[in-house]
Amino acid sequence: MIVLGIETSCDETGVGIVRMSAAGVPELLANEIASSVEEHARFGGVVPEVASRAHLQAMVPAVHRAFETAGLTGPDVDAVAVTAGPGLAGALLVGVAAAKAYAAAWDVPLYGVNHLAAHVAVDTVQHWPLPPALALLVSGGHSSLLAVPDLAGPVTPLGATIDDAAGEAFDKVARLLGLPFPGGPWIDKAARDGDPAAIHFPRGLTGPRDAPFDFSFSGLKTAVARHVEALERAGTQVPVADVAASFQEAVTDVLTRKTVKAAREFGMDTVLLGGGVAANSRLRALAEERCTAAGLRLRVPRPGLCTDNGAMVAALGAHLVHVGATPSDLEIPANSSMPVTEVLV
Amino acid sequence: MLVLALDTSTPAVTAGLVRDGVLLAERVAEDGRKHGELLMPGVQAACAEAGVRLAELDAVVVGAGPGPFTGLRVGMVTAAALGDALGVPVHGVCSLDAIAQAVVSGGALTGNLLVATDARRREVYWAAYEAEGARLTGLTVERPEAVAERIGGLHVVAAAGTMVEGFGLPVLGPATPTPLGLVAAAALHTVPGPLEPLYLRRPDAVPPGERKKVAP
Ligand SMILES: [Zn+2]
Repeated sequence: MIVLGIETSCDETGVGIVRMSAAGVPELLANEIASSVEEHARFGGVVPEVASRAHLQAMVPAVHRAFETAGLTGPDVDAVAVTAGPGLAGALLVGVAAAKAYAAAWDVPLYGVNHLAAHVAVDTVQHWPLPPALALLVSGGHSSLLAVPDLAGPVTPLGATIDDAAGEAFDKVARLLGLPFPGGPWIDKAARDGDPAAIHFPRGLTGPRDAPFDFSFSGLKTAVARHVEALERAGTQVPVADVAASFQEAVTDVLTRKTVKAAREFGMDTVLLGGGVAANSRLRALAEERCTAAGLRLRVPRPGLCTDNGAMVAALGAHLVHVGATPSDLEIPANSSMPVTEVLV
Repeated sequence: MLVLALDTSTPAVTAGLVRDGVLLAERVAEDGRKHGELLMPGVQAACAEAGVRLAELDAVVVGAGPGPFTGLRVGMVTAAALGDALGVPVHGVCSLDAIAQAVVSGGALTGNLLVATDARRREVYWAAYEAEGARLTGLTVERPEAVAERIGGLHVVAAAGTMVEGFGLPVLGPATPTPLGLVAAAALHTVPGPLEPLYLRRPDAVPPGERKKVAP
């Protein structure tokens, strides 16, 4: 069974193709991504209209490339899956409309799926099967802790950011330090030459009375800004590497601490990382260290599968087809605030 | 030749099947915020009524705007994906041209025609046409007052579209692109060029200025 997956929730137009064996083992055949990130760079963040325009231009060519890579053609497809939400409304709409048209034209079922659940499902194409897991999903658009007992079943949200997404904090701090957008890879790179203990930045929402599994990165971002401004006022050169390393340490310390705590509390012995921030080298290292110490198994898909892509949507779609989930109808909306408890519309 | 015609450049979500210039079936749903929900079900309902399958299509024609962007893209990407999946050409036509073609074929037009649709932000998308349907001027996005000043010199005798109030012109229908108008506006026997939406406006986005200080 062949599933085509379409993802357009943010600035990546992703088209993936997954083949599901009769035993339910997914195999990734293609994962084509067209990114409009460079068009957003000068705006310092993703501009929804720019992203939507780029999706429209990139959609059909990305499908073509995916078929070419997989060595398949349209009639080989048995189902179409698409990110129905959450994400940028206008961007989602392009992918959802395209998916409906492909599904109708090929006369195959459509599955409108949840973007966050798809971030979890993508791990199966690399490390099948996925046991019940505690998932930490961190990107420019989301920061969530989820309990995922079963891929097709209900996902329990345990916590989420109450202000900025983790990736957004990376972008904003990068800008403060004069580093390009998107900030994640640049902070990661700059931090390699810095001392993570040079400056003690605050760990948001880690007090005894704070929500145990929610995140807050806004205060941290402000603390970094104050620190940098104080240095600038004093005419001191900003030690970019130390600030980057100390900021990154504060973010990854909170993320991993809360993740391990949640895994223990909810009795999950597998932890899964996903989202663009999961490509951060310090997050991966610290998660590995703390999971090992806590006796937890850590699973991190390779970086190309962590960032938004079509393979994750195809993987979740394939799983839903395999377990006999009811397909979506062609009236489904793109839902920018789709709750994570809803895996399929 | 069996053609599927789509338009989502106005609040009317339009899908119709046209065979050799004859309308077989159409579905028009009026909801400017539900293009994505309404279009494909409309296509399927029209196919069912006409007794045809998508696989029988010879071409797709789509209104490429101008129109509010979010809705416009639904029709555009739907047409692009259908054409791709079915291996048939996709012809993008100007949605205002499609309205003009429908008015011209109505036979009541005696002179030049103004076509104006809602561009939001108190502006209209507009163009003027000769009585035979050839575009005289436009496409432009402007305030209606600016259009009113211009049309005196264009000798228009009637108006069509969703924004025709206040020009002091008799109004001819239809107000939104019809399947027959879309097909009439398309050069079906030529190889279509790349499918490009007629946005007429740049995205609203400005590069950030100097960073704001957090400390006073
Ligand atoms: Zn994501």
